[in-house]
Amino acid sequence: MHPVFTNRAVAFVYLGVWTGLAVALSSLIRELSALSWGQALFLAGALCVLLGFMCMTPWYTCRTLPFSLTAGRKIAWNHGAAAIIATAIWVACARGLAREMGVNLRASVPILIALGLLLYYLSVAIHYAYFAVESSRQAALEARDAELRALKAQINPHFLFNSLNSIAALTVSDGRRAREMCIRLSEFLRNTLGLGERENIAWKEELDLVRAYLDVEKVRFGSRLEVEMNVADACSECQVPPLVLQPLIENAVKHGIATLVEGGKIRVDGEVKDGLLRVRVENKFDPDSPTPRRHGLGLRNVRTRLETRFGPSASVTARKDENSFGVEMVFPCHKTE
Amino acid sequence: MSQDGVKAIRAVLVDDEDLARQLLREYLEAEPGVEVVAECANGFEAVKAIGELKPDLIFLDVQMPKLDGFEVLELMDSSSNVIFVTAYDQYAMKAFDAHAIDYLLKPFATGRLKTALERARQRLAQHATAPPPAELSAAARPPGHTLDRVVVKDGTKVHIIPIDKLDYVEAQDDYIGLRSEKKLYLKQQTISSIETQLDSKKFIRVHRSYILNLERIARIEPFTKDSRVAVLQDGTQIPVSRAGHVRLKELLGEVG
Repeated sequence: MHPVFTNRAVAFVYLGVWTGLAVALSSLIRELSALSWGQALFLAGALCVLLGFMCMTPWYTCRTLPFSLTAGRKIAWNHGAAAIIATAIWVACARGLAREMGVNLRASVPILIALGLLLYYLSVAIHYAYFAVESSRQAALEARDAELRALKAQINPHFLFNSLNSIAALTVSDGRRAREMCIRLSEFLRNTLGLGERENIAWKEELDLVRAYLDVEKVRFGSRLEVEMNVADACSECQVPPLVLQPLIENAVKHGIATLVEGGKIRVDGEVKDGLLRVRVENKFDPDSPTPRRHGLGLRNVRTRLETRFGPSASVTARKDENSFGVEMVFPCHKTE
Repeated sequence: MSQDGVKAIRAVLVDDEDLARQLLREYLEAEPGVEVVAECANGFEAVKAIGELKPDLIFLDVQMPKLDGFEVLELMDSSSNVIFVTAYDQYAMKAFDAHAIDYLLKPFATGRLKTALERARQRLAQHATAPPPAELSAAARPPGHTLDRVVVKDGTKVHIIPIDKLDYVEAQDDYIGLRSEKKLYLKQQTISSIETQLDSKKFIRVHRSYILNLERIARIEPFTKDSRVAVLQDGTQIPVSRAGHVRLKELLGEVG
């Protein structure tokens, strides 16, 4: 279906443009013939309705001949032929209708032909432009979907294999801790893998996931990793996109704690204020340590996801100074959908 | 110390995770003829221990505080034999295949460790010369990854040169000289090898023996009939060969 019939705004614009053209055409007709204003307006109106419909046909021809995939010659031939046929029909109708009204438009045929061809070609161009915009918007949407799916499915292989290695080490020296670590790792994996289908989770679920993740990392990093959480209970039921906090915590470990010889503390603050959930993650890092690859990917993903979901009411700000890094995200707290 | 009259392999373990070192130590204790002489938890400690103890074999983790495994490798004087120990690094493995004795992917079985040790013993028995550490390190880095800093050793001190503080690199026999903030640092590496590690949009080989930071160039002047010199902002003059001038022009457009 042509967007003129499905989209009210497009229909409005289209109608407006053709009304303007009808007025212009009627004044042209008055110049070329002895018709009164009323007659000229009637004739021009009828002709514009006709041409207005004809100028929608490129919707089909342009779609079957995509601009980027079709040879230039084929495009020129097809649209050229269509333009000539449409213009011929239109001019014939114009002359017939004028004759019924007792006027001969023969002298103005060249002008009408030029007008018909011009408007038809213009319409072809506009349709191609419309399709181009549409397809790039579609591509952007698909890319974002793919990114989201990939993000949900991702479990950092470094994290996984290093954790398994810690378990291997503990089995002989401290079997009980090895078992605990297995359980915490399983909880984290099970929760993460179960997220694929879900649009939203409660904030407390996200927090549980992060706690399981941090417990595993605490075994790996030992006394180097310290965590301080100050999250208000009021946040618990806020509905959030899954894995909105975990990537930031993972960054804090990877780019922060892992770079520090003596280790350090990750601080998480959370509160609800005026219907907004406000979460801060802070950590120290060593500016003299080498920067791991893929820097900032997790942060960018979180930002894109929050912006897609909540629009301008969401914000993610990062602040980096000499040796500390902080991220603050703010977004609306919707409770249960 | 010795088993059947064979000298034990003196090994250094480098990993920032206690448990990872603990596991490797436990495995090695069961291996005859291997003696762990030091354990290091970060890159600086590793460079120091390797310099002092000159071990036969190094078990080297890649991701660590201060200096990563590749940087530690670049700063070793001797070509000690290296076994990389890493959790997951799809790019580096290819290079390990070609250059390092072996690589171990965590977690690994004792059998896998035995194989790696066997290779190390063979290498040690042949007194085979490993490629210079910096070359090995350059080969082991993932492709398309350019350095954002260069590490050099000056006696026992380690200098870290951020890449935007590097003015130029000059070839000096088997060494390269790295000029940064009015000082020249020497490093055992070839100029072609470091060229591949530098961002080719910012650093350009203007001469067989010189790589230049584009941002330092003040102007280019004719020198002899065929050659030119690049005058840097601090007045230093660097020769520019004919091919180097062509490359410069390609990158900058017309520059006199």
